Amino acid sequence: MIEPSGEEYSAENGEQLTKELAIANLQSSDLSLRYYSAWWLGKFRVSQPEAVDALIAALEDEADKTELGGYPLRRNAARALGKLGNIKAVPGLIKCLECSDFYVREAATQSLEMLRDIRAVEPLIKLLDGGVDQAVQVPGRPHLAQPYEAVLEALGSLAAKEAISLILPFLKHPVPRVQCSAGRAMYQLTQDPEYGELLVKMLESDDLKLRRVVLGDLGAIGYMAAADAITHAKAENSFKLMALKGLLEYQLPDKLDSLAVSAEAVQVMNLMDSLL
Amino acid sequence: MTEELISAVTLAETRAQMVTAVKNLAAAKDPKAISTLIAVFGYNNPAAAMVALDALIELGEIAVPQLLEHIDDYNYGARAYSIRTLAAIADPRALDVLITVAATDFAPSVRRAAAKGLGNLHWHKLSFPENKTAINRALDTLLLISQDTDWSIRYAAVVGLQALAKIADVQQSILTRLKQMLANDVEKAVRARIQLAYTNCGF
Repeated sequence: MIEPSGEEYSAENGEQLTKELAIANLQSSDLSLRYYSAWWLGKFRVSQPEAVDALIAALEDEADKTELGGYPLRRNAARALGKLGNIKAVPGLIKCLECSDFYVREAATQSLEMLRDIRAVEPLIKLLDGGVDQAVQVPGRPHLAQPYEAVLEALGSLAAKEAISLILPFLKHPVPRVQCSAGRAMYQLTQDPEYGELLVKMLESDDLKLRRVVLGDLGAIGYMAAADAITHAKAENSFKLMALKGLLEYQLPDKLDSLAVSAEAVQVMNLMDSLL
Repeated sequence: MTEELISAVTLAETRAQMVTAVKNLAAAKDPKAISTLIAVFGYNNPAAAMVALDALIELGEIAVPQLLEHIDDYNYGARAYSIRTLAAIADPRALDVLITVAATDFAPSVRRAAAKGLGNLHWHKLSFPENKTAINRALDTLLLISQDTDWSIRYAAVVGLQALAKIADVQQSILTRLKQMLANDVEKAVRARIQLAYTNCGF
């Protein structure tokens, strides 16, 4: 469902860029160079103001357009801006939520989640208009009407309690991954273990890809009661380690001094050790 | 008897049949089962592979030569199981293999298993001065991969270093490296594991 993010480029294989060159290349007449530069600036977290401004401008690009009406450069620019951590990008990203290209809306949603700016809450809620009834597959396309997974997850991360009643029905959405996103958001917004357990239950799914998604969700919300279920889930150790790392991080103080770590943290680390 | 159990493994048609057949073979605890148990690592059946892994660990040192001989260079899933088994048996004859894969394998799961194993080998089975050289080679490898860009490799390196710190000769180098990592590592999870290593080592 999520199109390749450009991560398949390896830093060594691509054109050797400098920060200045990458920023300049965003205006290149070669569209593929623009596309690559936008990805590169995000990948290497080039957060200087010139890069941010150039990427914000690229959110309105009209030159790079696919036959199906997609905006590849806008997608990469939106993704990069999430990684650069500058809230100057927020208004431009919010505008992208109305873009005709699904993948631009999805990328903007994910980046707005990363930027943790509550101005995004209301525009994100608007993407849930029509509720589950409208949340259907777009004919002939491999995605739903809106990037619901990303929207639900963002609303959870942004602590948008006002969205709870709108998120709740998505627990019954026919697509399991959307249910996961709703469960994850509901747990973040209510801390009610009911929703954590819902995700744990989904770890028993027959679908390996879904189990991997659920592991990611459990790690993201730090649901401690899932530690054993994560360790014994039928999935690769790399996914389980990532999930347990998420749990562990919730158990640690922001500043890790020479003080001993908590019993819960030790418990998680012992499980991680067993998966090496 | 064991021959029948072995052919049951090779004839299993479903994933569940395979798990049952491997369990039965494991229960025989017969060294003749070793090559079949190793082959199970390559069947892409994690439940069966875990049974085979436990069985080989229980057979112990007697399984080591064949484990070393049959490491699957083309299937990293199978390779990870072999390395985890060798790490758990802890026979120092596995040292060269563990060093090579810890430092150069492309699959993180394989490298993590090797890193953990490198700290834990039964060094007392080697005579002097061979054991000293071996310990230092393990130490050098763990110090090297403790600088990896992948957090999970650094985490596994800390676990390996913690185990190796039981040896007085290398304790100081390990403590120095852990201190550096604690000050500089960007991942909270890795720094927390270093804290735990301090506690476990009594530093």
